[in-house]
Order: sequence, then structure tokens, then C-alpha cells
Amino acid sequence: MEKQLQVSAIKDGTVIDHIPTKALFKVIKILQLEECSQMITFGNNLDSKAMKTKAIIKIANRFFADEEVNKIALVAPNAKLNTIRDYEVIEKRVVKTPKEIFGIVSCFNPKCITNVENIKTRFEVLSNKPITMKCFHCEKITNENEMTYL
Amino acid sequence: MQTKSLISITDFTKEEYLKIMRLAADFEANPDQNLLQGKVIATLFFEPSTRTRLSFETAINRLGGKIIGFSDSSSSSVSKGETLHDTIKMVSNYADLIIMRHPMEGSARYASEVSNIPVINAGDGANQHPSQTLLDMYSIMKTQGTLDNINLFLVGDLKYGRTVHSLLMAMLQFENPIFNFIAPAELAMPNEYKLLLASKGIKYYEHDEFTDIINAADIIYMTRVQKERFIDPVEYEKVKNIYILRNEMLKGTKENMRILHPLPRINEIHTDVDDNPKAYYFTQAKNGVYARMAIIAHLLNLK
Repeated sequence: MEKQLQVSAIKDGTVIDHIPTKALFKVIKILQLEECSQMITFGNNLDSKAMKTKAIIKIANRFFADEEVNKIALVAPNAKLNTIRDYEVIEKRVVKTPKEIFGIVSCFNPKCITNVENIKTRFEVLSNKPITMKCFHCEKITNENEMTYL
Repeated sequence: MQTKSLISITDFTKEEYLKIMRLAADFEANPDQNLLQGKVIATLFFEPSTRTRLSFETAINRLGGKIIGFSDSSSSSVSKGETLHDTIKMVSNYADLIIMRHPMEGSARYASEVSNIPVINAGDGANQHPSQTLLDMYSIMKTQGTLDNINLFLVGDLKYGRTVHSLLMAMLQFENPIFNFIAPAELAMPNEYKLLLASKGIKYYEHDEFTDIINAADIIYMTRVQKERFIDPVEYEKVKNIYILRNEMLKGTKENMRILHPLPRINEIHTDVDDNPKAYYFTQAKNGVYARMAIIAHLLNLK
């Protein structure tokens, strides 16, 4: 039987694959796709050999710089990016956790000044799996299971 | 020109620590130097801290500077709802240096990002209080003649006490420190510091008993064991009288040993220790003025 695509193909653009199902809408928010005027299709709870279920996003005519896409590493550390030109995959990339994270998550420490004033949060990533980050301002550690997305 | 601030103790290099030690000794020998003549220093105390504020203001006065500021936020525009951002923006237009204490953690780092003049953190919540650490180091330098090969006993609340963590971080920069931690299990030194010491191959020992093990100490650094730190009040009752230093415990200690305490003291050093020549905590507070003169002179490139 011919294999059928679960989310229809795009001619040019980017496919973000292997997103955890729970992270789909966080990825959309982090990449600010709600403001993107190009055609976007996505699927969730799709079958996956590696992850059992996964989400996928296809964005037409939109291409991402590494530092832009690495922001999603916090929520989708195993995501893969395929760059598509004329229906062909011309480049495959994996997401890398950046050394510093600006914005995206709030500091876990309720006494941190970033939770009181209008300040863009800034963290140094201390470890990847699980993710631990040190707040540039209050110097406290925020762990993966304590993260709140802005 | 990029301004240099002092927010965390790790903002300074070893060379800068040693420069502060040299300058503090110079100011102690010649305290009245008019280096700040014509300069305005802002002391912004968003929460009261009489001891730290008076120490800084004495340092500024000794250097011939003028002071503007407030000693608690109720007498500032913060009570009208002004943001820290706006207060710092405004004050940095008036003064040459900001010295601030604020209850929120990270506030001083943020102020240094907003300000175009240097900022000295005089305490941001439970986070950092680097001038305290520099005066602690100056006290060690003065009494031991060096910051190398110091056997340092840290006693009391080693979990939440910011002074002990900062002192540990600073002393790591010097040769062959030995750390002894004496604390109840609930207030033990956090793992992150022990892992850091282990990764650098630096010796440390943990004790929950406060006995004649202190005979090996060059410095005993006492801190308060506060009741509100304990989840279980029964645990506090068990340990509250264990971590008290008494004069009789000092019999076998080394001649060069000195007792430090960031003050205020409650009962953790018995008053019968005060007349012992090894009690150094009141002189330590006096050293704070010279250390703060040195920090100000360094940040304003006056020395």
C-alpha cells in the first residue's frame, strides 16, 4: 500500500518534525507562528516509531536561522528541521540547546526582580538533560520541571 | 566607557581582590583622603539596613564625598509606585556612583544594566552582599597575613547564609584553602558548593558537632541559626544551643585563630568570648569601612 502523508507536503519552506505532542502549541508560541502570514499546517498525536506519538509543523516559504529555532530546544529537545525546496529536503538539522536563553521562560524564584518588573529574563544553561538554567539576575537555578513559559 | 559595578563577589578577579586588600590597608593607615571631593554618591536603601548604610556612608564621608539617597523605600518615590528602572535611571543622572540595597533578588544586577554609572550591591534579598565578603577577606588578610593556606571553619546556617557562600567562592581563588563545615543537617552546606570544591580537588570536611575539632582552625566564621529556617520547630529546639561558641571552647585553639561574625549576633557567640583576644568581630565591622573605601576608589578609578 502506498504510504500516505499525514500532513500534506509543502513546495518550499520548513518542516519541524519529532515535536513531543504536549509541546506543539508551545513551539508555535515560541516561534511566534501565530503572527506568520504564510500557510501553516500541523498535525498532532501522529504515529511515531521513536516517540510513539508526535507532532509536526509545516510552514510554507519560511526559513529559520539556527539561533531562532534553537529556542524550541527547551520544549522539543529532539526536534528535527527539514528545509524544503521544490518538494525536496535539501537540509536536515537537529535542534541544539543554546548556552543562553533570553525570554521564553520565567524565573522560578518568586523573589527574583524579573518577576516584578518588566524585564526580559536571561538564563545561562548549565546542563541539557535534564535542563537546568541559572538566572542572570538572581543567580538561582530553574529546573526543567519548574519552567513556566512566558 | 564601560562602567564597572560590584554586584556578585565573583565579578572581581583575584587581582582585584588583592588590590582591594592593598587599598583597604592604605586607607586604614591614612583614612582621611579627599579622593571623592566634588563627587556625589547615592545610597539607595529600599529596605533598612542601618549597619551597612552607616558603614558605606562613613566610607564616603572619610573620602570627602557628598551623599544623596534614602534609608527606606517609604521615604522615596517607590511608595508612589515608581519602578526600580525609573528610580535608577533618574539617580544615575544625578550621582557618580550608586550603592543600593533592595529586598528583591537580582535587583542590583538589573540596576547595573539600567545605570550608566557604577553600582555597588549592598544586599539584594538573600542573594549577594559582596562588600561583606571583601571586608571578611580583609579581616582574614590582616589577622593571618595572607589569604593562602587558610583553614576556615564555617559554623551555623550554611544553607541560607549568603555570607558563607560568597566567602567560600572568594577563598577558592587562593592557594590551598581547607573548609570545615559545622551545621545541623537541616542547614548543611548545599550540594552545589560541595560538588564545586570536589571538582577543584579542594579539601572540605563536614561536622554536625561543635567540639574541639575547632583547634585546627585559623578562622572560625560564626553565623546565626535562625528559628524561622526550620520546617520542624522540634529540630530547632534540638540544635539551638549546640552551635554556640563559648570562651571555654577556645582553650586549645591556635594562637593565630580569630573569630569572625557578620553581625548582628544574637546568642551564637556567648558574651564571655568578647574579651578574649581571639574575638575579632567588632574590629571586623570597623574593617568594613576601609574595605568599602577601597571598593569605591577602585570602581571610580581613583586609585
